[in-house]
Amino acid sequence: MSDAESVADAGFDEWLDAAEDGEAYALECANGHGSLPPRRVCPDCGSTDLEEVALPETGAVQTFTVTHVPTPAFEEDAPYATAIADFGSVGITGQVIGVDPGDVETGMTVELEITVSETTGERVIGFQPV
Amino acid sequence: MSDVRVAGTGLTPFGNSPERTGRDLFAEASITAFEASGVPRDDVEAVLYGNFMGELSEHQGHQGPLMAEAAGVQAPATRYESACASSGTAVREAVKRIRNGENDVLLVGGAERMTNLGTAGATEALAIAADDLWEVRAGVTFPGAYALMAQAYFDQFGGEHEDLAHIAVKNHANALTNEKAQYQSAIEVSDVLEAPPVSEPLGLYDACPISDGAAALVLTSESYAEEHDLEAPVAITGTGQGGDRMALHDREHLARSPAAREAGEEAYADAGVDAGDVDLAEVHDCFTIAEVLALEALDLEPIGEGISAARDGRTTADGETPINLSGGLKAKGHPVGATGASQIAEVTDLLAGEHPNSEHVDGATTGVAHNAGGTVASATVHVLEVTDR
Repeated sequence: MSDAESVADAGFDEWLDAAEDGEAYALECANGHGSLPPRRVCPDCGSTDLEEVALPETGAVQTFTVTHVPTPAFEEDAPYATAIADFGSVGITGQVIGVDPGDVETGMTVELEITVSETTGERVIGFQPV
Repeated sequence: MSDVRVAGTGLTPFGNSPERTGRDLFAEASITAFEASGVPRDDVEAVLYGNFMGELSEHQGHQGPLMAEAAGVQAPATRYESACASSGTAVREAVKRIRNGENDVLLVGGAERMTNLGTAGATEALAIAADDLWEVRAGVTFPGAYALMAQAYFDQFGGEHEDLAHIAVKNHANALTNEKAQYQSAIEVSDVLEAPPVSEPLGLYDACPISDGAAALVLTSESYAEEHDLEAPVAITGTGQGGDRMALHDREHLARSPAAREAGEEAYADAGVDAGDVDLAEVHDCFTIAEVLALEALDLEPIGEGISAARDGRTTADGETPINLSGGLKAKGHPVGATGASQIAEVTDLLAGEHPNSEHVDGATTGVAHNAGGTVASATVHVLEVTDR
């Protein structure tokens, strides 16, 4: 968790803001390698010329799990489904919302939707099946 | 280049001792290692110590000097932190130092105090091995991350929870005679399948326990061992380390561990062996699926076939290549910072014929220790060989 609740994590929090506005992005180098902020250097090729590129509207669930034993920050959220979804040049980890955790499947199409933890009220990356 | 001998090993019991401090645990392990080695403390030139969550569990940073002091050693000391591969990396650095002639005698090991945090606290502490911004804040726990890999494995290669259950059953069976093990109790496949879920498809019996414990090794150069007539028949002949992207979602394959493959290939080449020479291995089975991924990364099983190794008896005590004869992290326990060094201790004892389970590997000459951090963004592999066979 962040050092203090009032201090933002530059890069990350702006990305959540953008995602809330439906404007989530990946950082891409000229070679098309995608990564997530905060990022100054492409982790694949070392390029320092990174551009914000809009994410596709939807992603596909690559794998998932339903967590019953959470960290204290998600005590009241459990059980919840976490998934990794493929959004083109980047993979993103998020919580699948709006469906029974038991109904989540590999290959499911999802869109990004920032949600909040029931335990802490902090913002959480969510995936809404479409 | 000097060979590196394992002159002495020491382990505390692994288990539930919340009141014991890290320094007390490491002191005990070091006493055993020094006694076993016959090496005087004065000859130790440096201490290389692995620890992961000392700041969280003991409010203690700067643990190197503290642990040297606890072991009664007056020498420079450094703490190595690579999550659950912390002491694997410490061992690797020690091997390199002895080989390049920088040092002749090193005290290496690690310790972790965990159970004082409770289950929720330890779950939170372990989670910091993942990317805090992009994984932990989405609710990924350590079991959750391995569950994501297990589901990806099932989807790509097949297999089911019951296959994983056989790994837990095997490792519990192996620990029955290990006095240091946290669990010296047999379990059945049905116990694993009926256990409460932690992060599906993984349940309580797919997970290693939360453990307190320490491991210590006295490593020496070959020349030091010979000059001092040490009883040190086992050498570390190969070392390797691999790395990967921190977050699981940045990996090309969600059900493979390329960092472990890289570490294994480097260690095998370094030792001049290949997977076919390996008689036994201790692999990092923090969760049942982790043993599958380790076997495949080390070329001990073909990709996609490691899932059936325990079920079909290839890796059981009497199988072709016994895996985790100590009980593994699953049954022996996983005091995170101690694990990598403890694996070296177990392989040494197994090869030297001094382990309760040595009878299963009579005549074995080559063993491997595989230590992994996080979802295997860090991995070390060491090859150990008997020098007089």
